[in-house]
Amino acid sequence: MSDWVIEAHDLTKVYKMGDVQVNALCGVNILIRRGEMLSIMGPSGSGKSTLMNILGCLDRPSSGEYILDGERVSKLNDDQLASIRNRKVGFIFQSFNLLPRQTALSNVELPMRYAGQARDGKKRARQALEAVGLSDRVTHRPMELSGGQQQRVAIARALVNDPAIIMADEPTGNLDSKSGKEIIDLLTRLNRERQTTVIIVTHDPNIAAHTQRVIRLFDGLVEVDG
Amino acid sequence: MNLWQAFIEALESLSSNKLRSGLTILGIVIGVGAVIAMLAVGQGAQNTITGSISGIGTNLLFVFPGNFNEEIRNPKPLTLRDAEAVNDPFVAPSVAAVAPVIQGNVMVSYGGDQTNTQVAGVTPIYQQVRNYDVTEGTFIEEQHSLGRASVVMLGVDVADRLFGRREGLVGETIRIEGQPFRVLGILAPKGGGSFGSEDDIILVPFSTAQARLIRRSNRERIDLLLVQVIDAESVKQASEEVSDILRSRHRTALGADDFTVFSQEDFVNTARTITGVLTIFLGGIAAISLLVGGIGIMNIMLVSVTERTREIGLRKALGARKRDILIQFLTESSMLSLLGGLVGILLGWLIALIVGQIAAANDTPFYPVVGLDAILLATLFSTAVGLFFGLYPANRAANLEPVEALRYE
Repeated sequence: MSDWVIEAHDLTKVYKMGDVQVNALCGVNILIRRGEMLSIMGPSGSGKSTLMNILGCLDRPSSGEYILDGERVSKLNDDQLASIRNRKVGFIFQSFNLLPRQTALSNVELPMRYAGQARDGKKRARQALEAVGLSDRVTHRPMELSGGQQQRVAIARALVNDPAIIMADEPTGNLDSKSGKEIIDLLTRLNRERQTTVIIVTHDPNIAAHTQRVIRLFDGLVEVDG
Repeated sequence: MNLWQAFIEALESLSSNKLRSGLTILGIVIGVGAVIAMLAVGQGAQNTITGSISGIGTNLLFVFPGNFNEEIRNPKPLTLRDAEAVNDPFVAPSVAAVAPVIQGNVMVSYGGDQTNTQVAGVTPIYQQVRNYDVTEGTFIEEQHSLGRASVVMLGVDVADRLFGRREGLVGETIRIEGQPFRVLGILAPKGGGSFGSEDDIILVPFSTAQARLIRRSNRERIDLLLVQVIDAESVKQASEEVSDILRSRHRTALGADDFTVFSQEDFVNTARTITGVLTIFLGGIAAISLLVGGIGIMNIMLVSVTERTREIGLRKALGARKRDILIQFLTESSMLSLLGGLVGILLGWLIALIVGQIAAANDTPFYPVVGLDAILLATLFSTAVGLFFGLYPANRAANLEPVEALRYE
């Protein structure tokens, strides 16, 4: 297996809005090493959401090649993409996206239900919650947790299937600076301890400063990489 | 995601919105309840009618003059001589007894009271053939027939109307079409039948009716021939024998009989067809409310899919395939309808019970029956409704693009 967890060559994405064509990505090349922690920055409209969706296998590029963890994913169908997301990608969202009626534990279990392996699911979900420091909040529902705690549940959910990459989309956007800092520290620690690749999409330079590498997008092209 | 997890999640999701789920279920409850109740009432009606046809007598053939299906030229009437010929044990060994009948409507009066009723001129064998009991007095006997006696048997409805009572009437004199008749006996009530009340009738000796009450140009003519068959297995055989005799006597052309033979079974089948159509009709109307309930499910599922767009996006991001989302929403909708179906069966059964009680309180022998087949049908049908009307919303959910769904506010 190669060193690269992500190999993206000439990715383009074209949206058709009525008669107008919008080029969201115009040929992006990115190589990301296993165990890296980096951020993707760029003003709105620069194509960073589009890039994140494609790298996270939520969407397909219009052209170009994308290899994630040794699998060529640019041509897969919807269900195959779902399976890739399930096994190789952990998502963290700005608004946490936890199921409000379910406990922290069953929220963390959710990805494993779709993996079709529920045997030791509870145990692994508990371990994931422990890893984010929430072993005493297992039966709490999202409403009973603080924003920072909710985001940590979401991180546990992202970790639980042991993914190749973690995609964090503005993970601190809904948090105060103190719990935002804690979340970034947690992600840094997980990256260091588990060698999980962490990609943070953000427009906050303070957050980007915590990562070894920053990719800046502008008008659908990589402007700065390093 | 396996079905058990889908089941648990659906239960959680439905119970988190109890009022909404309850109202949606109510639509199905009413639909299924109505279908069950209607089927039960139809089945009960069928049982009552077929029961009362069997109550007419046992192993009977009814021979009517004329062909009910085709136009026949110069049909010959049935006559007493036909009856005698049919009664020949050598030509028609399957025939046990033959009772010729002439019928008409007459005015009967007692004192100042008068009423219209049906009169039948019958022979003594009629009692055996029609299985009549007599509550007081005696049935018409051979001597009455021979002497053209002015005697009459009263059905209880007629007795009620003329005298206001059912006992102590033997020996009273009533007038039929102005002529005095002595009351010979009272017929035991048979209850309401499919041909109107069987108790609104008076019986007089055949020869008396022929001579004095029902005047016909052809005096030999009879309106109905009741043939009792020796046993249930021989009904078809007896029907053949009777038909053969009548065909040769009437010299009918091939396939152009001028008479019609019905067996009790034919009547039962006809009644079954009629009540069957009635049941389907009632059930069909009830099924419309089930349809409306189904549309209610579809409506609420569509709302639910829209409300939970972000949840669907999240589930897809975490690796849910189309099939997983489809199963999740189909489980919810079919659970709604199945739950409604179960409660609806209970409701329908309750309605059937109440209808039965009301009928019993009115002395009507009518017992609605909730059959196992109706229950199975309702369960199956309501689940199918849930699946069918859940399919569109679930499909819509399953086909959401994860990117769009996650962005939905």
